[in-house]
Amino acid sequence: MLTLSGVSYRYAGYAKPVLHDIDLSLADGEIVGVVGANESGKSTLCLVASGLAPGSIGGAVTGGGLAIDGEPMADKPLYAFSTRVGIAFQNPATQLSGVTGSVFEEVALGPMNLGLTQRETVERTNAAMATLGIEHLWDREPRRLSGGQGQLVVIASLLAMRPPHLVLDEPTAQLDPEGTRLVGDALRALASTGTALLIVEHKTDLLDGLCHRVVALDEGRIVLDGPAAAILEDDRLAALGVDLPSRVRLARALGSRGLDAAAVLA
Amino acid sequence: MTRLAIEGLGFVYPGGTRALDGVDLAVEPGASVAVIGQNGSGKSTLVRHLNGLLRPTEGRVLHDGEDVAGLRTAALAARVGIVFQNPDRQIFAGKVRDEVAFGPRMLGRGRTEAAAAGAAALDAVGLTDATDANPYDLGYSRRKLLAIASVLAMDTPVVVLDEPTTGQDARGIARVQQVIAKLVADGRTVIAISHDMRFVAESFARVVVMGSGRVLLDGSPAEVFAESAWPVLASTYLEPTHAARVGARLDLGSTPTEARLVEALSAHD
Repeated sequence: MLTLSGVSYRYAGYAKPVLHDIDLSLADGEIVGVVGANESGKSTLCLVASGLAPGSIGGAVTGGGLAIDGEPMADKPLYAFSTRVGIAFQNPATQLSGVTGSVFEEVALGPMNLGLTQRETVERTNAAMATLGIEHLWDREPRRLSGGQGQLVVIASLLAMRPPHLVLDEPTAQLDPEGTRLVGDALRALASTGTALLIVEHKTDLLDGLCHRVVALDEGRIVLDGPAAAILEDDRLAALGVDLPSRVRLARALGSRGLDAAAVLA
Repeated sequence: MTRLAIEGLGFVYPGGTRALDGVDLAVEPGASVAVIGQNGSGKSTLVRHLNGLLRPTEGRVLHDGEDVAGLRTAALAARVGIVFQNPDRQIFAGKVRDEVAFGPRMLGRGRTEAAAAGAAALDAVGLTDATDANPYDLGYSRRKLLAIASVLAMDTPVVVLDEPTTGQDARGIARVQQVIAKLVADGRTVIAISHDMRFVAESFARVVVMGSGRVLLDGSPAEVFAESAWPVLASTYLEPTHAARVGARLDLGSTPTEARLVEALSAHD
């Protein structure tokens, strides 16, 4: 369980906070989607939830605080977060370690640094690569992968560390539809084992059917928060610069012509 | 006159990975072409041949009839602008206004002219308010728009966009669509790589589907997303838009976009 209670956060050098009074909790096994326009604070929320802000990049929590499993995390060193919250950045190029010569080593780097045995490391590495369908890339050089392949490798690296909480900032931005589906399936399976997931995505089609709950951000505040099915059909999303899922848009187009969308789309 | 002619293009990366295998494409001025395909299908490798960043292993690429192999990279830069997937590989200046003026300056334009081209490009992508900002103070989505602006400022006859909509919200995608429509209206050639099937169907006149380094399909969105083409899409792990699936289910013909679907439904009423 990861809990943000009334959190406000200000970047170093900024006069004002960019997140205001965020109340958000991630229960074990829960998948929470975050939507909002560009610059609404989504990526900042990811950094704060994973302890990187202020832990790594500075700035200040100007109100409220973060707790993991009931333990307040204020003033905890960054390594206290590393085994408890994983984060996937938007851009895989910034996340690949740059020190490994193959995809296998890249995915194994995380578990190795957790001090696991070789057997456990290899087992987790193979399992993570299989889950995302990238076994065939095992001997490829990470920095020579395509953008989408790099994104799958980054997510595999995180899965291999098996953190109880995982924060993903647009995990499928560079993925083809098949890769997007593989990531969706992997995240669903991961949540069913008790991992809590916070997913920032513009693709509401991905969040639809994956998330239990969805929150919408606007100018650094949570303005909508509820069950995914209700929020993803809420017309206020459009005003926030967020597209409704295509399922919902099409259902309306069909419904307005007296067609039963559910039957057609089934 | 054919603006770009790609003939029998093949490319093998050092180390032996074959990325392109006999690609043929002819693209006219004012054309808008989306290139789609699964990750690793050779899309980015293909567009890197258009401005000479990569040189063919086999075949050739012609610009207005001239073989790219005989052109210097600097000369090609005036003809083809490429916006990369990752804006941070492109952005380097300390100020947004310098970033967008750099390209035209390198093409030999005067200071005033370059500044004006930069300002017009910032206006086109909606970043005028960020003119004096440091590019790295902008969020990812705005840095991507800045990377697009810095290529627009160079006024190249061919503009290549590699995944222009990643990280963009609905407004950002609409902005990219406006930019593409304006380029096409001006007679410039736009080639874009994308995984966003809805964006592809709505914004481009022609769609090229790649798989394993080859062209599998080449046609209008209505042709490429038509039910008869679905097996080919599936063979490279692509799928038609939601609207296309609904249109086929209702026997309305090929309806690649929601607008087309609604139109077909209305005609059906």
